[in-house]
Amino acid sequence: MPTSEITASKAAEIEKYTKIFDERPEFRYIVDMIKPGSRVLDLGCGEGDLLKILQLQKRARVQGIELSDQAIQACVAKGLFVYHGDLDEGLADFNDQSVDYVILTSTIQVLHRPDFLILEAARVGRECIISIPNFAYWKNRFQLMFLGQMPKTKTLPYEWYDTPNIHLTTIRDFIRFCGERGLEILEKVYLVTEHKPCKRVKCCPNLLADYAIFRLRRQTG
Amino acid sequence: MSSITEPGSVGIVETKYFTFAEPPNELQLESGKKLGPITLAYEMYGEMNEDKSNCILILHALSGDAHVAGKHHPDDRKPGWWDSMVGPGKAFDTTKYCVICSNVIGGCKGSTGPSSIDPATGKPYGLRFPIVTIADMVNAQKHLIDHLGIKQLFCVVGGSMGGMQALQWAVSYPDMVKLAIPIATTARLSAQAIAFNAVGRHAIMADPNFAGGDYYGKQIPSAGLRIARMIGHITYLSDKSMHRKFGRGLQDKTAPSYDFGTEFQVESYLNYQGDEFVKRFDANSYLYITKAMDYFDLSQPSGDLKKELSRVKAAFLVISFSSDWLFPPYMSKEIVTALRRNNVDVTYTEIQSDYGHDAFLLETDTLTNLIVNFLEYADQRDNGF
Repeated sequence: MPTSEITASKAAEIEKYTKIFDERPEFRYIVDMIKPGSRVLDLGCGEGDLLKILQLQKRARVQGIELSDQAIQACVAKGLFVYHGDLDEGLADFNDQSVDYVILTSTIQVLHRPDFLILEAARVGRECIISIPNFAYWKNRFQLMFLGQMPKTKTLPYEWYDTPNIHLTTIRDFIRFCGERGLEILEKVYLVTEHKPCKRVKCCPNLLADYAIFRLRRQTG
Repeated sequence: MSSITEPGSVGIVETKYFTFAEPPNELQLESGKKLGPITLAYEMYGEMNEDKSNCILILHALSGDAHVAGKHHPDDRKPGWWDSMVGPGKAFDTTKYCVICSNVIGGCKGSTGPSSIDPATGKPYGLRFPIVTIADMVNAQKHLIDHLGIKQLFCVVGGSMGGMQALQWAVSYPDMVKLAIPIATTARLSAQAIAFNAVGRHAIMADPNFAGGDYYGKQIPSAGLRIARMIGHITYLSDKSMHRKFGRGLQDKTAPSYDFGTEFQVESYLNYQGDEFVKRFDANSYLYITKAMDYFDLSQPSGDLKKELSRVKAAFLVISFSSDWLFPPYMSKEIVTALRRNNVDVTYTEIQSDYGHDAFLLETDTLTNLIVNFLEYADQRDNGF
């Protein structure tokens, strides 16, 4: 269906949901990575904003997995198909390469076994889109180095005792992990999300970007 | 005050009856036997639209009936069993949808069951009534839906045994079900649930008044049925909800009396539930309906649930409750997994609730929120939204 056929009501709905880009600027880059009409699985989809945008803008056939029943209710209110599930249990229900994209936005750092789930995501999805807050961002380094305290920033706003982030990583660590586990990185987007508007970082990303998005897939052959 | 003026109520309703399967066109049962004629009791609220595409079939649980909402008389003490969910502006909005609820075969609420007259003998069937299954119940309802001229049900929905029927509908008649909402249910009854059913049946059959099921017109096996219901009620609650509801509270006394009377509040509750049930339910129906649940296993004949669900075309909303230990969330997950592997659109949620299995009758707000939205978006999905 060409863009011109998108109805007025749909356009209005798209506008409503794309307001979320103000709060989650990284979503815009993720949406750009997805080919129209794809099957998308969002792991830890929250209230389904990203899925809804993909459904509306990319005519994607979307589904999500989420642990919170409150968040699932919000997804159902958007007309999305989601299921209650614990990501630490993996994706045993899904066949190999059964969706076009598996998305993990700001999720892997809260898992008990992020390595396991990343490989599961790469098994189930032809491609994966994984986004992470970068722990090696200069402000984090500064706070540790000069203040001697656990970093607290806009992307990592928690105290040491109440943070859900138990497996924080850096851009360098993540790229190394992909190399070691046979994951081919197809695209990288480095961002500074704490300032508005959100800007792409070209130089020294591991120092200057507070956020990174990777598009990757299992290496073939 | 007449209930007709109560906001959100369907008002005064009546049970209707549909009779079919007159010999020699009896209904073929799964067991190989035949049953006919068959009467189904049903109720229907709200208007059908022109192409009859707005019909919702509600399927009741073990002890339910066709009277799902509203009242039969203005001074009825209680409305229908799911009145909180069915009516104008409610989850199943009767200003938008035509809601149908039919009693199951084998029941005792106006449909043909063991207390009906066997045309062959002129006496109640009793245990000569054939064993019926969930699929038989659904096949009978299919006749009713055909009779009403409905080509496709907009939605089939039910909790517990009603959920089993909803699943069976989606499997038996895939082209006739657009949406399915099985709640607090399973694709196959567990050994534990069969065990509880068996104990209930033993209690009934061990009652001296049972008389091989031929107790009609005589003393009924009320003691046995009462015990069966008490056991049932334990399985419908959770440890937490029982604790909260009764704790160790004593019934109408401040100190224990050290005898075998009704000492604790929880005992009084079970007594009351047992007594009330005996007044309204037939012991033979209890035997037949629990037996139908026992035989329910959608993974048969292949043993592979995914394969057996492969013909399903409906979109699903599957709901379980965290504290339901009779039909625990893992059983719903099993359904969801099989559906998902067949690329069926399915939403699954495990609602955090302390009410146990009974939650499907009590978590009205959460269920309403989920169901309203799920039904609402069905049409948008059709348009590729």
